[in-house]
Amino acid sequence: MFELDKWQEIWGTITRNKLRTFLTMFGVFWGIFMLMIMLGSGKGLENGVMDGFNGVSKNAVFVWGQTTTMAYGGLLPGRFVEMSNADVAAIKAGCKNLDILSPRNQLGGWRGGNLVTRKGKTSPFTVYGDYSEIAFIQSFKITSGRFLNPFDLSENRKVAVIGDQVAKILFDSTEVPIGDYIYIKGVYFQVIGTFKTLQQGGDAERESNSIYVPFTTFQKAFNYGDDVSWFCMTPKEGYSAEALESEVKAMLSSRLRIHPDDSNAIGAWNTEKEFNKLNGLFSGIGAFVWVVGIGTLLAGIIGVSNIMLIVVKERTREIGIRKALGATPWSITSLILQEAVVITTLAGYTGLVLGIGLMEGLNIMLQGQETEMFKRPEINLQIAFASLVVIVFGGLLAGLIPARKAASITPIEALRNE
Amino acid sequence: MITLKQVQKSYFNTATPLQVLKGIDMHVAEGEFVSIMGSSGSGKSTLLNILGILDDYDSGSYELAGTLVKNLSQTTAARYRNRFLGFVFQSFNLLPFKTAQENVALPLYYQKVSRSKRNQIALEYLDKVGIRDWAHHLPAELSGGQKQRVAIARALISKPRVVLADEPTGALDSVTSQEVINLFRQINRDEKLTMLVVTHENEVAAQTDRIIRLKDGQILLNE
Repeated sequence: MFELDKWQEIWGTITRNKLRTFLTMFGVFWGIFMLMIMLGSGKGLENGVMDGFNGVSKNAVFVWGQTTTMAYGGLLPGRFVEMSNADVAAIKAGCKNLDILSPRNQLGGWRGGNLVTRKGKTSPFTVYGDYSEIAFIQSFKITSGRFLNPFDLSENRKVAVIGDQVAKILFDSTEVPIGDYIYIKGVYFQVIGTFKTLQQGGDAERESNSIYVPFTTFQKAFNYGDDVSWFCMTPKEGYSAEALESEVKAMLSSRLRIHPDDSNAIGAWNTEKEFNKLNGLFSGIGAFVWVVGIGTLLAGIIGVSNIMLIVVKERTREIGIRKALGATPWSITSLILQEAVVITTLAGYTGLVLGIGLMEGLNIMLQGQETEMFKRPEINLQIAFASLVVIVFGGLLAGLIPARKAASITPIEALRNE
Repeated sequence: MITLKQVQKSYFNTATPLQVLKGIDMHVAEGEFVSIMGSSGSGKSTLLNILGILDDYDSGSYELAGTLVKNLSQTTAARYRNRFLGFVFQSFNLLPFKTAQENVALPLYYQKVSRSKRNQIALEYLDKVGIRDWAHHLPAELSGGQKQRVAIARALISKPRVVLADEPTGALDSVTSQEVINLFRQINRDEKLTMLVVTHENEVAAQTDRIIRLKDGQILLNE
């Protein structure tokens, strides 16, 4: 079936009507090309957005106090909910699917800036009071020195771990921050480490301008007493962050005398919900890409089929002659089928290579650039190969109807003198 | 070589069934040069289609070179056509995008003869019909007589047992027609090849060994 003679026959028919062959091939080419571009772009968008989750564990839960809106247990609405060390201990003891609980305080509240001084240089930075466990929830790379350890907390050491931007602003490039002191709201802290955040975009900006000090030291040094601003938690392996969030909320409600139905009293946010939302969005986009891509491809294949039908019609006489001279039905069928497969495969493969090439080029261009929503557009090699199989199969399908029509041509009708 | 016994054929794709052949009995011996004559509608084209295994018949029997030809599959029919028969048509039926040589070589392609070998054989046959110099020309570049010579060479290349010609001179002027008939005659004499020519030209028919006249689907005269 694949001897040289047949290839020459096919090459002959393909090149005999170049414009028509080109237009036919363009349909399939465009289908595959668009599919590749859409797949690559979809992946790029997904990578860009999902990278936003870097540096935060994908099942982190954050819980903080807000203002009550319902009267409960003899207390009026409008009370500010304040959480304390006792709540931390109670949740750690009572919550079975809790893995890590790291209470947190921030100087000046959420997104508050505080002037930090060192040798005449002053700049506003975010100051956190943290447990060493926070490293399991928010990830960063220690670039020099070390992070907070349990002894820093138990001994209330006045030590600080500073972000790379803090180090850059407060220290000259020739100076070593480790061992030196920074001055925060009337208290000196010794720098024990510097870190580089793994978060992206705006979060990264904030984190690199942050200073971590021990939670216990923070409460004492800055007059926070027992206060805890918010909890950072992760559930145990196999448990959902969503469940943990509602469990902790319920426990806090009963401990802090909040109406069980007061949804405003305790604020919460979990990355799992966001992550799942985005995951759903991207599987939706993925499905859409495939539907549109396959549709475009199908249109191309139907185009091939149509053109092949016309070709068969035009070649009725030729096919009749061939049959009279001894061509078997199968030799005619396979000729048409092979032609359709050759056209679709050639066109599809070109589209595949150009589409992947374009995406790779874009990838190289984007490298080293700080883009937030679009990163590393890439096409899965398996998907590319699957598409190739679909193309060849599509070619067979495209040739099937015309080939059967060709095989059913009787020499008598074809050779009837007009 | 050819024996037909009570061959009948009707067409059913019209409103009323149309019986085209009403029981044909004929015999053509090996090496005979026979013409079939008849007005249009006499059934001669249908008869030729049946003889050429291009069409089936309803009843009776058709023996070609000792083989019964009846109810063949398309594939077997194709093989029989390729091995036993050579066709020459009124409108030549050459493939317009192939050179004279490639056209002649086509039947050998379906016999799976290698390209170089079949092109070489094609050249020999083109030589035999006197147009070797035109081997690499496309049909459009040839005159009617030359085209028919190419067609004859193509009909002969598979060494058939019978050559069937359907109005081979219908599209040619009288001088060229005579040349073609002479060529047929010569091949019939030299190769002892059985030949059947359908024609409505008396001067063509007169030069054959025997004339079979058809009228209304029956043999009128066998002289």
